[in-house]
Amino acid sequence: MSPTDALPKTGVLSPAFGHSTADAESFGAERLPRLRGLMRSELRLVFLRPRTAAMLGFLALVPVLLGVALRYFHDGGSSRGGGDGGTMDFVNQVTGNGLFLVFASLAAALPFFLPMTVGVVAGDSIAGEAHGGTLRYLLVAPAGRTRLLLVKFAGVLTFCLAATLTIAMSALAVGAALFPMGDVPLLTGDSISMVEASWRAVLIALCVAASLVGLAAIGLFVSTLTTVPVAAMATTVGVVIVTAILTGIPQLSGLHPWLFTDAWMSFGDLLRDPIPTGEILRNLGMQAAYAAVFGAAAWARLNERDITT
Amino acid sequence: MTASTAVGTAAIRTEGLSKRYGRDRLAVDGLDLTVPAGSVFGFLGPNGSGKTTTIRMLLGLIRPTGGTVTLLDGPMPRAVGQVLPRVGALIEGPAHYGFLTGRQNLDRLDAADPTSDPRTRNARVDAALAKVGLTAVAGRKARAYSLGMKQRLGIASALLRPRDLLVLDEPTNGLDPQGMREIRTLIRGLAADGTTVFLSSHLLDEIEQVCTDVAVMSHGRLITQGTVESLRAGTRARLLVTTPDAGAAVVVLRRLGATDVVGTDDGVEADPPALEPDEICAALVRADIRVRSFTLARPSLEDAFVALTGEGFDVTD
Repeated sequence: MSPTDALPKTGVLSPAFGHSTADAESFGAERLPRLRGLMRSELRLVFLRPRTAAMLGFLALVPVLLGVALRYFHDGGSSRGGGDGGTMDFVNQVTGNGLFLVFASLAAALPFFLPMTVGVVAGDSIAGEAHGGTLRYLLVAPAGRTRLLLVKFAGVLTFCLAATLTIAMSALAVGAALFPMGDVPLLTGDSISMVEASWRAVLIALCVAASLVGLAAIGLFVSTLTTVPVAAMATTVGVVIVTAILTGIPQLSGLHPWLFTDAWMSFGDLLRDPIPTGEILRNLGMQAAYAAVFGAAAWARLNERDITT
Repeated sequence: MTASTAVGTAAIRTEGLSKRYGRDRLAVDGLDLTVPAGSVFGFLGPNGSGKTTTIRMLLGLIRPTGGTVTLLDGPMPRAVGQVLPRVGALIEGPAHYGFLTGRQNLDRLDAADPTSDPRTRNARVDAALAKVGLTAVAGRKARAYSLGMKQRLGIASALLRPRDLLVLDEPTNGLDPQGMREIRTLIRGLAADGTTVFLSSHLLDEIEQVCTDVAVMSHGRLITQGTVESLRAGTRARLLVTTPDAGAAVVVLRRLGATDVVGTDDGVEADPPALEPDEICAALVRADIRVRSFTLARPSLEDAFVALTGEGFDVTD
């Protein structure tokens, strides 16, 4: 008995080369499991990689360092500033309420640490497969170029969420360990209960993760341009740095509203009551627009690309 | 034999297939290739002759700048999704995710095929691993595999499903002699089941051992294609006689009509006359020539190949 005896033979060894209708039917009927299979494989690829564990571990350290610094080396006390939602507002609140460490850590990681890790994962997504030669085997499998791109993008977005949640979870644990927990004073002056504050923390984490969507799409596009993953990663991180520099030049203020980082700090609005949604929605809209533009560019590029590696 | 080997069907057909890089570097120039269904097709050519580019165009990885490819009746690259599930391929050596195990690597490639059945995936992955003798190391990370084991894993990925066509680029590269034999046996077995095998190799004796048909490329063009026999027939056999009576043998052979007769260290060599070999031998013996050995050397595929592509060692462009 040969090993192939155990295999289903219908529709695969079709006697003639014509496409049998049985093939076409199974093609449509199993739409969901099909994507699930490759998606599950993609998530395993992203999260089994030792590098991903190292980056998530590094991100988990951000709240630890911030918490220890505030607990043992902060002399400013708990000045309650109403402020405009910047990092320092959260930082000053932390010593009074551990939950604020979640907000402070996300605010501290969003400008650079989070984008850096997203740049690595997104830049590597297609270029890494091309560099390793696995791209040709995926396409011959045949994964389909559009399907592969969608799965890769979904994988990067999942990493964005995982990275944000890693910081949030670590910050929650460190905050609870080092600081008192209780009702949370909002930036507008009122207080809300721990339970409602926890919901807002979840919303904030989602909002931060969503802020990374535009960058993920840029990284995906850059990744389709090259077969050198390090170049794609460096370019994507470089985009973040250039954007930060542009933001720092007041003469270019006309350009600022079009930058994908412009409304990143809008998640602070979720700590006001009532929540002003304008900036948050502008941020989400901007991320969606960047995802559409660079996603389409990545699709066009990957579809016409000759795979020579 | 299955119906897929019916006369007249071609597993691969290209018409005027061309690929131009940049303005004037033609990697592949007007290729008209026909691979009969059910054949074991050897694809030969020196380094840089355009073989790899051709294989990549057949599989839809590279877009041709001219001409058409028909793979199992599907136009490429348009029919990639319908045709490629029935094609297994090893292209320019294996490629794997080093931090995944052998089994996880195959699982991923099988999941990448939208038409493969996830319910039978584990069984098929195990069967493919068994076919190439990797069962014992299936749980080890691919990074720790030797070159030969990686090659076997690459072949296993081509065997995840029963295929109508296998495209194997240098399948025995990096394998030890036992491994090469196993792979050749595997290829013969698959061919006997009706799978068309498109085999690119530098090992001419390997091609000679397993292939029924061959095509030879040089400088981006197809020089010849046909059965192995017809290619070999292009070069003539040589008559080698070992004898201490070389002088007399030369006279007899010339009288029989042999041409290009030359004396060697231990006898005579010539292009044989138009007689049956036994008649030539009998004539020599009747003339009291002490024949120690009498050989009609059939030209090897290598001789035929060199005759077609030239002796040059330098990579062509």
